[in-house]
Amino acid sequence: MQLTLWTYEGPPHIGAMRVATGMKGLHYVLHAPQGDTYADLLFTMIERRGERPPVTYTTFQARDLGGDTAELFKASVAAAHERFRPQAMIVGASCTAELIQDDPGGLAAALELPIPVIPLELPAYQKKENWGAAETLYRLVRGLAKPAVQRRPKTCNILGPTALGFRNRDDVIEVKKLLASLGIEVLVTAPMDATPADIARLPEADFNVSLYPEISEPAARYLEKTFGQKFTTVIPIGVGATRAFIREVAATAGIDAAATLPDGEARLPWYSRSVDSTYLTGKRVFIFGDATHAMAAARVARDELAFDVVGLGTYSRELARPMRELAREFGLEALITDDYLEVEKSVAELHPDLVLGSQMERHIAKRLGVPCAVISAPVHVQDFPARYAPQMGFEGANVIFDTWVHPLMMGLEEHLLHMFRDDFEFHEQAAPSHLGHRKQSDAPVAPATPATVSWLPDAEDELKKIPFFVRKKARRNTEAYATARGLAHITVETLYDAKAHFSR
Amino acid sequence: MNSPVILRESRGATCDAPQVKRERGQREVFCGLTSIVWLHRKIQDAFFLVIGSRTCAHLIQSAAGVMIFAEPRFATAIIEERDLAGLADLDNELDRVVGRLLERRPEIRMLFLVGSCPSEVIKLDLKRAAARLNREHMPNVRVLNYSGSGIETTFTQGEDACLTSLVAELPDAGAQKSLLIAGSLPDAVEDQFSRIFRELNIPCAFLPGRKSASLPKIGANSRVLMAQPFLGDTARALTDRGAQVIAAPFPFGAEGTRLWLQAAAEEFGVSSQLFEAVTGPAYRRAEAALAHHRARMEGKRIFFFPDSQLEVPLARFVARELGMVLEEVGTPYLHAQHMAQEMALLPAGTALYEGQDVERQLDRCRALRPDITVCGLGLANPLEAEGLTTKWSIELVFSPVHGFEQAADLAGLFARPLNRRERLAV
Repeated sequence: MQLTLWTYEGPPHIGAMRVATGMKGLHYVLHAPQGDTYADLLFTMIERRGERPPVTYTTFQARDLGGDTAELFKASVAAAHERFRPQAMIVGASCTAELIQDDPGGLAAALELPIPVIPLELPAYQKKENWGAAETLYRLVRGLAKPAVQRRPKTCNILGPTALGFRNRDDVIEVKKLLASLGIEVLVTAPMDATPADIARLPEADFNVSLYPEISEPAARYLEKTFGQKFTTVIPIGVGATRAFIREVAATAGIDAAATLPDGEARLPWYSRSVDSTYLTGKRVFIFGDATHAMAAARVARDELAFDVVGLGTYSRELARPMRELAREFGLEALITDDYLEVEKSVAELHPDLVLGSQMERHIAKRLGVPCAVISAPVHVQDFPARYAPQMGFEGANVIFDTWVHPLMMGLEEHLLHMFRDDFEFHEQAAPSHLGHRKQSDAPVAPATPATVSWLPDAEDELKKIPFFVRKKARRNTEAYATARGLAHITVETLYDAKAHFSR
Repeated sequence: MNSPVILRESRGATCDAPQVKRERGQREVFCGLTSIVWLHRKIQDAFFLVIGSRTCAHLIQSAAGVMIFAEPRFATAIIEERDLAGLADLDNELDRVVGRLLERRPEIRMLFLVGSCPSEVIKLDLKRAAARLNREHMPNVRVLNYSGSGIETTFTQGEDACLTSLVAELPDAGAQKSLLIAGSLPDAVEDQFSRIFRELNIPCAFLPGRKSASLPKIGANSRVLMAQPFLGDTARALTDRGAQVIAAPFPFGAEGTRLWLQAAAEEFGVSSQLFEAVTGPAYRRAEAALAHHRARMEGKRIFFFPDSQLEVPLARFVARELGMVLEEVGTPYLHAQHMAQEMALLPAGTALYEGQDVERQLDRCRALRPDITVCGLGLANPLEAEGLTTKWSIELVFSPVHGFEQAADLAGLFARPLNRRERLAV
């Protein structure tokens, strides 16, 4: 048993729903008890979709358990086929139905419907949402893709975008733009907007762009193994990664990318080099999310904004290995967990200047009074913006620059705070002036002071003169410095000794 | 989506009685776990531990949405493969989880172990677990259990099950005659009702209380007034403790609130002069506030999808106090005895559906094209996209809507979507 307050990922059938809802002409019949229909609201409310997800639930109740839930399932499949007339169906069980072992695949097959019906085995007590989405896409590809009569050069498919994905809608537009500039045509984007017939013709393309490896990689590997289609591995988030993606695509397609490489619309490089951005240097940033977005964010933070990455992790256990490798490159140990409390503890200990994470980290940052920007699912309704806001490609990099810099204190404002510490408006509780009057918490969340080190009143007063946004760090550093030297009391001298020590 | 069956047409005594149709098919409703979203705010030192799956945890957090920024007083103990395979002893696992939880939250005084679909299907005995944990943690923490599973409870029935488990814990009131208001109400509304009953000289208490230590007493001379229409089992448990439930409509709208208070006043022998003196001004104030809404809502056609069991009282309110036309009133469950007073107030021939077949109901709704449709979060945006105006029903459960002072706010919840559609020119 695992004690959970909030979960990063839903159960695996939610992943299957993300695939089905992204597609057209596919219907999902889910053997599930009453109440599991809550999942519809993820799509209709959070993503603001104007259609119900193409999902039929059997919504069995206690009285059905005594009767024939298998018959109920068969009737539901037949009725869904009759009403929605899909090109293909997927069938499966949610966590409770898994326990009653009705065999949805076998029951559906017995109906001998005139369309492909693909059974899904999604072990709800072992696996989670992204795995479920990846498995569903893989099963669909395996079940529907047909050998191509002829492969078409300079074409590709985009694999991975789903319903409820973080900025998937705009990423696809941006990546298609990049590919078009290279003269490459996108045959099928899947699951998003693809029909089962589109899945069938995936092998016609020359290669695949695997955009969200958590979801697309098993399908991409299958297509490579079975149909010899190569797939890309670079995720074009950030200017550097976008350039690398262009090179990879060009090499895969056998074309010359030199013409496209000058990245005219990328403003991030100049914005980052312009003098106003000097104050961003060395901002301490904590990064957590799905592995793809967190790893990309870490590279952008270090190489394109000159931040210090002080914490890095993911809830995607499937991609723990590459995450660990990258973290080592940053001199960090990756935090691999799906326990929200562990992430909170880590943020509290590290006192970053900025948190980049999912909506969970937004909760954490809000609680701790740390600025935050969202970089990864799970996200909430405000992270499905009306405007065009990709994360990928050169425009995505522009969006990232704006989004990450916005929560921070502006350059000149930070200087003024240093100069006029006792100013009545620039007091210690002040938030960045463009963000209203949010209260910032100064209290150490985890008691950082070992009982053996105490602050003398003079030192405590001096500490208060240090601007609030670095005060927590100063307190922590001074205490660490004193503890390391076995000092019982912290004096004003200790404070400045520690400052000198840590500024080396 | 199952083949729909109309199980029974009620044999109405007169042709004027509402026709009750029962429907079976896909239900588009929350399960009882969802009630935890408000129950954990209501009982301030209680913690709700769901013993369930990742789906349960995901459901509660999706239903709660962004409403809760603080560390919530609910959590899920997620059953894993090794628990099911018998590799881990479920009792030991549960004890470990509860121990960790109580260590982390020492301020908790009452712990509810909440059963879910998976825990019910594997027949995990939470009653026995609660007894075992009580031996360990009493008197610091009282451990109770109930089921909020979807196979047994629909949405607000989770509160019914929770309160039923609380009834067994209520101290005995002896021979004292007093009033118990059953059903969780927003604190502000509870305070308003408290003031009114105090002025009527009726000693009253509320179930649930805000603190687990201050549980109301119950006994043979207790009278119970139901504040919520979905508490059938709670009422039965209170009756089993000797209390008598006062038959009344529910306190929605000016009329509903007055009838509700009046039923209690009569039971406690309050003079009509005192009743009028205490309730008259608030009643007239509510009526005046409603008149403004009535002018805009009169004649508008409304359609209720089943959701919280509030549908019948709300339909009565919008029909009688706002002059709206009831196209269809769906409710997940119709408790004939508790609803008797409400049903009697419904307009003749109201189409009343118990249960649900969501696809058929959507067909009817699309055919009728009502002016406003009350439905769950899964259906609202799709219907809006089809050009229908909707009111998401969960807000009717989460907002202060009971009593005189909230009558106009309740009308406002229905008026706002209509008003919005009129204003928008895009």
